[in-house]
Amino acid sequence: MPMKMIWGFFKGTLTLVAKGSRAYYVWVSCLLVLIGIGALAYVYQMENGLIVTAMRDQVAWGFYISNFTFLVGVAAAAVLLVIPAYVYHWKPIKEIAVLGEMLAVSAMVMCLLFVTVDIGRPDRFWHLIPKIGILNFPQSLLAWDVVVLNIYLVLNLTIAVFILYNLYHKREPNKAFTTPLLLFSIPAAVSIHTVTAFLYNGLAARPFWNASILAPRFLASAFCSGPAFMIILFQVIRKYTRIEIKNEAIFKVAELIAYSMFINLFLLGAEVFKEFYSDTVHLAPLQYLLQGLKGHNDLVPYIWTAMIFNVSAFFLFLVPQTRENYVTLNIGCVLIFIGVYIEKGMGLVIPGQVPDVLGEIYEYAPTGIELLVTLGIWATGLLVYTLLLRVAVPILTGEFFVGEDGRTAVIVDTEFIRRADHLAEQSYRD
Amino acid sequence: MNRDRSRHRLVPGIAVLAVCLAAGVASSAPPQGRGNATKPHAGQGPEKQFAVPTPPFTPGIFPCSECHKEMKPNPARRELKDEHTNIVLNHAQGQRWCLDCHDISNRDRLRLVSGEKIGFDESFRLCGQCHGDKYRDWKVGVHGKRTGMWNGEKQYLLCVHCHNPHDPGFKPLVPMSPPTRPENVK
Amino acid sequence: MPNRESRDNPAFRMSRRKMMKGVAAVLGALALPEKDAPASVWESFFQKHFREMSKPELEKVLASLEKEYGKTYGKAVKVRATPHIEGISYGYGLDLSRCIGCRRCVYGCVQENNQSRDPQIHYIRVLQLDKERGVDLEHAEHYYNPSKVPEKGHFYMPVQCHQCENPPCTKVCPVQATWKERDGIVVVDYNWCIGCRYCMAACPYGARHFNWKKPGLPAAEMNPETHYLGNRPRPVGVVEKCTFCIQRVRNTPGRYPACVEVCPVGARKFGNLLDPESEIRYIIENKRVFILKEDLNTRPKFYYFYAT
Repeated sequence: MPMKMIWGFFKGTLTLVAKGSRAYYVWVSCLLVLIGIGALAYVYQMENGLIVTAMRDQVAWGFYISNFTFLVGVAAAAVLLVIPAYVYHWKPIKEIAVLGEMLAVSAMVMCLLFVTVDIGRPDRFWHLIPKIGILNFPQSLLAWDVVVLNIYLVLNLTIAVFILYNLYHKREPNKAFTTPLLLFSIPAAVSIHTVTAFLYNGLAARPFWNASILAPRFLASAFCSGPAFMIILFQVIRKYTRIEIKNEAIFKVAELIAYSMFINLFLLGAEVFKEFYSDTVHLAPLQYLLQGLKGHNDLVPYIWTAMIFNVSAFFLFLVPQTRENYVTLNIGCVLIFIGVYIEKGMGLVIPGQVPDVLGEIYEYAPTGIELLVTLGIWATGLLVYTLLLRVAVPILTGEFFVGEDGRTAVIVDTEFIRRADHLAEQSYRD
Repeated sequence: MNRDRSRHRLVPGIAVLAVCLAAGVASSAPPQGRGNATKPHAGQGPEKQFAVPTPPFTPGIFPCSECHKEMKPNPARRELKDEHTNIVLNHAQGQRWCLDCHDISNRDRLRLVSGEKIGFDESFRLCGQCHGDKYRDWKVGVHGKRTGMWNGEKQYLLCVHCHNPHDPGFKPLVPMSPPTRPENVK
Repeated sequence: MPNRESRDNPAFRMSRRKMMKGVAAVLGALALPEKDAPASVWESFFQKHFREMSKPELEKVLASLEKEYGKTYGKAVKVRATPHIEGISYGYGLDLSRCIGCRRCVYGCVQENNQSRDPQIHYIRVLQLDKERGVDLEHAEHYYNPSKVPEKGHFYMPVQCHQCENPPCTKVCPVQATWKERDGIVVVDYNWCIGCRYCMAACPYGARHFNWKKPGLPAAEMNPETHYLGNRPRPVGVVEKCTFCIQRVRNTPGRYPACVEVCPVGARKFGNLLDPESEIRYIIENKRVFILKEDLNTRPKFYYFYAT
């Protein structure tokens, strides 16, 4: 009976996520605390209105949308690892694909949460549902975003759960089902980020965003941030579990990041040239960002930090000696993640609105409430990913599978962290 | 032969054109019931009547003839020392003085350049002599404060309801408060 | 081992029956109208888009809003949904040679359109510009506050919603909460707007404003003659903007917008662009008009001109 089998699987997953090593408990507890704080902050925001943020008419999109934009890039890139996985014939491909998809799911959950906390009437979210509400598709790019983001979330969840559930049942996932979906996830990943870029791009009122270069820059910087996170994740996973990931795979991803960052920097250079050389009124936002404008220069230290981080990371990834040294590699990953977070987050969303359409400069900096809510959402995403990993890794290493009766789950190892070199036949039934 | 054929086409063509022109002229008459706005055209016949509110006289000053019918008019250009000393003429004072606009024999009337005497309720005709562009605009409702109904009867004010005829320039006003800066919106 | 199981799976301690009871209670409470409430929470939550409501549905909504506003503001409020008049396309003229920057239009509008006083919302923003630079928005001063206006060397340019013929704001709304009516007025259904503020990002004239907080409108200052798509009191979390005083202009005969009436120097003109006899047509045909940000192809109906 499939219901009993699914129920057995589900109960097994609950057992898994509820147990783990001390480090696991500490990590999850911390995340839950942060989520709780974020939730309280959000309740405060709901009760008092968005006025508790620093957003005002002049800068109507702020920290929440900055995070959203950055995370759409992470979500896109996580799945794009599938391409080199297939092209370079990495083993284990399905492991890498599943890990990437789960990151995409977590990032998507965060994106949807950021949008939810940003809109003024979350109680009216149902207005976005086609047929029940009114979705202004295809005219509104936000409507497109709603469609593609949800498709992407469902797609990744479907593939990941399908693969994992089949592995749990100790059978190969049906390639006739997975391959087309995996292949479809590639244009889907490109689509979510292109649509998000277009939603800024299509606004003629905001010359900083109304540049054709925006969509390519989005994709280029996305290819930097997501894979950087994955590189660190791969190292953690192969250290603490039995999943093997070759050095070559990690170094190849780092090399691809280098090329992406090169494109990103080149496109940035093109933007800078165009604005500074033509020297029109539209230079103002870029000047505000890079140099400050009329005494307002809050963003300048941040963007230059991001620039330095990005360029340094670029060289760290480009030069084989630093790329293949795990210390410098990891430094590079952290630098690039932060650099792209700044550049594509506040460094994109704020200058688009400063100076505003009537020439006014309002310097936006997020309030405490915005920071707490954001922290809560990041914690939620990390928790989602943690729980997904907590279930996926044992399945992938064959330590969580269906028992002989075809229904009860068998868990060989209830500890989340297990050193790969101590893999004796230590196992105990729950 | 060719010329014959072209003349054949020419005559009915001219007739059609004439009919069109006639129709065009007939239809260009102003539509009825749209208020008092007319297409302005210079000096053709008597001016249309504009319903205006009472002129903004200083209380008690009108009718002027109450004082002036006993007085002998003095046409000499001078600065007034006995009465009306509160009026400082700041309006083409190099070119004119009081009796260029106020009728010397009947102070309840204003005087146009043509010699025609008009009432204070038609003072726009006087102003319009020099300020023709404003006058044309005012007649169609484009000059001046606009009140009433945008698709109903137009309400007109006299020029002098806003402009002091002796010192017509608007004085600066105290501005109302600036908007709250966004950082101060709590 | 039962102890470990129950410790591990606290979620399953609550029985299904208890949960269903709870859900039913909440739904029941939502469905019941509260005492004196104009519409139940359920009804207002599921209210349809303005353009999809049938006539009886709309009338019910208007009546319920009138009751709600009457209760909140303690006066008899009328909420109408007067449709557009056929053959009208509203146009606005602003005479830059006359505006002195006194801001009486700003506050006349606030009074007429029931804007929130706290936090402050103004539909009209008057810019002080330099005569030397002309219309140079990068050097506009928004917060001028001299003792008298106009100041020497400056001219003044008020900006509000231009009711564009090709509005960039309506195409970006993800739920079609804002649209252009047949008479040219761009309106917002305040009960449909989800508050995403995409339209605010899209507007090149800064014409749209958001209710960041529950609007603070003193009952004594509330204008009770309202329109559903116009000046009725707005809720928190939605976008609003100038509607050319839709509650005034859609009548026959219709009043001028409040800003036109209150301007002390007659700098504001209004009329039907489709009527060849109208003031606005006269201006377009006889004065030199220009529009703001023409290169954006928004085709606004707000024409700046110099009458002198």
